[in-house]
Amino acid sequence: MTAEVTAEIRTAHILDLAGEGKRLDGRGPDEYRHIEVEPGFVTTADGSALVRIGDTAVLAGVKLELGKPFPDTPNAGVLTTNAELIPLSSPVFEPGPPQPGAIEVSRVVDRAIRAAEAIDLTRLCVTPGEKTWVCYVDLHVLDHSGNLIDAAMLAGVSALAHATVPAKRFGVAEADYPLDLQHVPVECTFVRLGDALVVDPTFSEEQAAQGRVTIATDETGRVVAMQKGLVGAFSPDDVREMVRRALVHGDRMRIAARGGTT
Amino acid sequence: MGSVGAKEVPVLLSPEGLRIDGRRLDELRPLRIQAGPLHQADGSAFVEWGANKVMAAVYGPREVHPRHLQQNNKAIIQCKYNMAAFSVDERKRPGLDRRSQEISKVIAEAFESVVFAEEFPRTSIDVYIEVLQANAGTRCAGVVAASVALADAGIPMVDLVPSVAVGKIAGQIALDLKKEEDNFGEADLPMALVPQSGRLVLMQMEGHMTPEELSRALDLGVVGCKSIYEKMKQALRDRYTVDAVAPGAA
Repeated sequence: MTAEVTAEIRTAHILDLAGEGKRLDGRGPDEYRHIEVEPGFVTTADGSALVRIGDTAVLAGVKLELGKPFPDTPNAGVLTTNAELIPLSSPVFEPGPPQPGAIEVSRVVDRAIRAAEAIDLTRLCVTPGEKTWVCYVDLHVLDHSGNLIDAAMLAGVSALAHATVPAKRFGVAEADYPLDLQHVPVECTFVRLGDALVVDPTFSEEQAAQGRVTIATDETGRVVAMQKGLVGAFSPDDVREMVRRALVHGDRMRIAARGGTT
Repeated sequence: MGSVGAKEVPVLLSPEGLRIDGRRLDELRPLRIQAGPLHQADGSAFVEWGANKVMAAVYGPREVHPRHLQQNNKAIIQCKYNMAAFSVDERKRPGLDRRSQEISKVIAEAFESVVFAEEFPRTSIDVYIEVLQANAGTRCAGVVAASVALADAGIPMVDLVPSVAVGKIAGQIALDLKKEEDNFGEADLPMALVPQSGRLVLMQMEGHMTPEELSRALDLGVVGCKSIYEKMKQALRDRYTVDAVAPGAA
């Protein structure tokens, strides 16, 4: 009950501040928290990256295995994205099967990777119709302090960018080779706080939010995926503004995806 | 968009600018909405939209199940979007998959954005969307059906919520994609509009569009939603129009 009351007071305060163009942590409405990408964090994975956006931390691990292609796409590899919102990362997560929130994170990330054609899936095929690489992207949220989607996306794409296909270990080639990305999608998330559209929300800003929009862009300046979530509404002009801002942030995040900080 | 290793790509746009089913780029598929076809539900609607057939039912405000989800200051809105096993070409394994769960979530959030939930504390408004026959745009058809069903159930709302998908086919922005266009097109952008405010309460996108194309897609979707809105209102009017000719004919 006390937690509920403090959350309500904080929400009111966050909305008041947003009206003056301010935020609880002192950032401006179009300012990200500090972004840090650490590729190769887990050596047992074929590719991995630990991403921190402020206090939020997401670890992505890529594993490649040999499997069968889907009957309707005999010449293409298989890509599977999964997100785990483990109870370790937040008091609001409970153990058990994936909740809608986790499913949304993984599907929104998966959609951006696919739509941007980040990986050339045809290159993953070993024998058409019979044998192909199955690429698993597992996203583990370690510290949920808001804006999981952007952190999970950045972790996923960074892990893929640094991934190696274990061809030698599986005996299908003389040597392992890099997976290679042909496009680099990143997501940029905004929430509405009153009339303000603020980027990179913290956990308490998400609690206060009147709607959330995520926009995925790639390095060619295209929009490759979008998702509106939470309770709230946005005008087409709001969307146009967010697309414009997402393209600017996207370029910065793509630099971070290669490893490094912004 | 499903193009990897795909079979033959059909011609999506003729030189005359017509689509596979003869529509222009800004034309909707035929849409028929029936309010209140079900008897047990508090509100219901049936939507036939192109080759989509979608039924929606609303129960509530009623007791919350499971109980711990209950909110002391407002009603919660729970939504289940489900596709029948026989609704697609290749039988779909019944039950909740991840796609259905995601769609259920964004639709519930869209309706929570318009329902006056604070009028019914400690209750649940349950929205069931059953896709009986699918041909692209089923979540939009589901939103249209559920919205009419909510109105039919007498749930107070800011407005009805028309919904449509805009996409990109053969490089052109097109309204209301059908299956082939969805499978072989370049982008799909389902949206739902609150006509009173001009704001979107549901928006998803997959594919690729330039910011300019996206901007035009949003405008085209808003126009499409407004025409669907008229049909939704008409369906509700028809439901309560007394047939003067045949009393007791049923």
